[in-house]
Amino acid sequence: MIIAERKPINEIMDMVKDAKRILVLGCRGCVTVCSAGGEREVEILASLIRLGKQKAGQEVSTIEATLVRQCDKEYIDSMDQWDGQYDAIVSMACGVGVNFIANLRPMAKVYPGVNTVSFGGSAEQGVWSEQCAGCGNCVLHLTGGLCPVARCAKSLMNGPCGGSVGGRCEIHKDVPCIWQSIHDKLVRIDNKEGLAAIAPIRDWSTAGHGGPRKTVRNDLTV
Amino acid sequence: MSFTPNIQAFCCHYTSQQTLAEGPQGLLADGFPKSVTIHRLVCTGKLEVSTILKAFEDGADGVYVAGCPLDKCHNLMGSQRAAKRVAAIKKALAELGVEPERIEMYHLERGFHPGFVKAAQEMDERITTLGPSPFKAELSSLPAQTKLMPSGCQGGAK
Repeated sequence: MIIAERKPINEIMDMVKDAKRILVLGCRGCVTVCSAGGEREVEILASLIRLGKQKAGQEVSTIEATLVRQCDKEYIDSMDQWDGQYDAIVSMACGVGVNFIANLRPMAKVYPGVNTVSFGGSAEQGVWSEQCAGCGNCVLHLTGGLCPVARCAKSLMNGPCGGSVGGRCEIHKDVPCIWQSIHDKLVRIDNKEGLAAIAPIRDWSTAGHGGPRKTVRNDLTV
Repeated sequence: MSFTPNIQAFCCHYTSQQTLAEGPQGLLADGFPKSVTIHRLVCTGKLEVSTILKAFEDGADGVYVAGCPLDKCHNLMGSQRAAKRVAAIKKALAELGVEPERIEMYHLERGFHPGFVKAAQEMDERITTLGPSPFKAELSSLPAQTKLMPSGCQGGAK
């Protein structure tokens, strides 16, 4: 899922300093699962915004709502119900949601309530770790299912580097060297070819280095 | 000008048993400050962040939560969860430029214990020293008809 975390409230207050009617809009997708922008977080942020406005001696009213998703036009269209009732939108969806609202509602002032952090999973209660970089050219079949693009600090295709010590990455003792893990995994599953393989120079054009990416499925388009 | 703080206390069933046994008059006789309003909960782990923020919106100058000792919660981890939520609110208050000391977490022994009264007295003294909540102190500068509270919640697309 996409991992996000709420922005500092003072940063959000600065975004909405001129707004008197604010739509705080959550998303029931990834940000609900990672407790960054679901219904509960919308309720909390709206309350903090009201308190911040009260402290500043400014009037404010808030609308609290949560869409099924903010990354589909049909759900963004459902925002019609609040037309004329807000001066600004604080979206608690990932950056995709904020962009979708900006794309589809050209006159709306929309601000991000969260920082979009990574593609990750829940490592334990309250802890999420990055697992995928969305690079557009998956090599997991070569690396025992462990991603060197997202989980190696240098995104090396042939590792480990000289900074790998005792199975840990040189950037921090809490960060495992994923290339050590890849080698260990390939040994465990007896993948001798994988251990000996040298990856060629990588084409990063699929990773956004060739501009914004677009996926078209002709079997689904109408 | 004298200031009587509005302090809202959220206490779990076990740490606030004294309130049941002694009643309001008994507590006052023990020195429990009049400024503190007690809200009893089955467990502080049940307390939502939004409930505490609502207390500030409704005019509290200070809020505290009284739960079981960290390692002796009746519900195992309830008071630990409450402490983390209180810490999150302290951070948010600081980001808003408000004294984080306006909210506090106390881990108290169950049943009759002087700590229950002492926590209330400590918060009464602290909030009296801090003065009125900045959230409402500046409200008085607004025109009386200004609407500050939300118009209410509306559900989104289901």
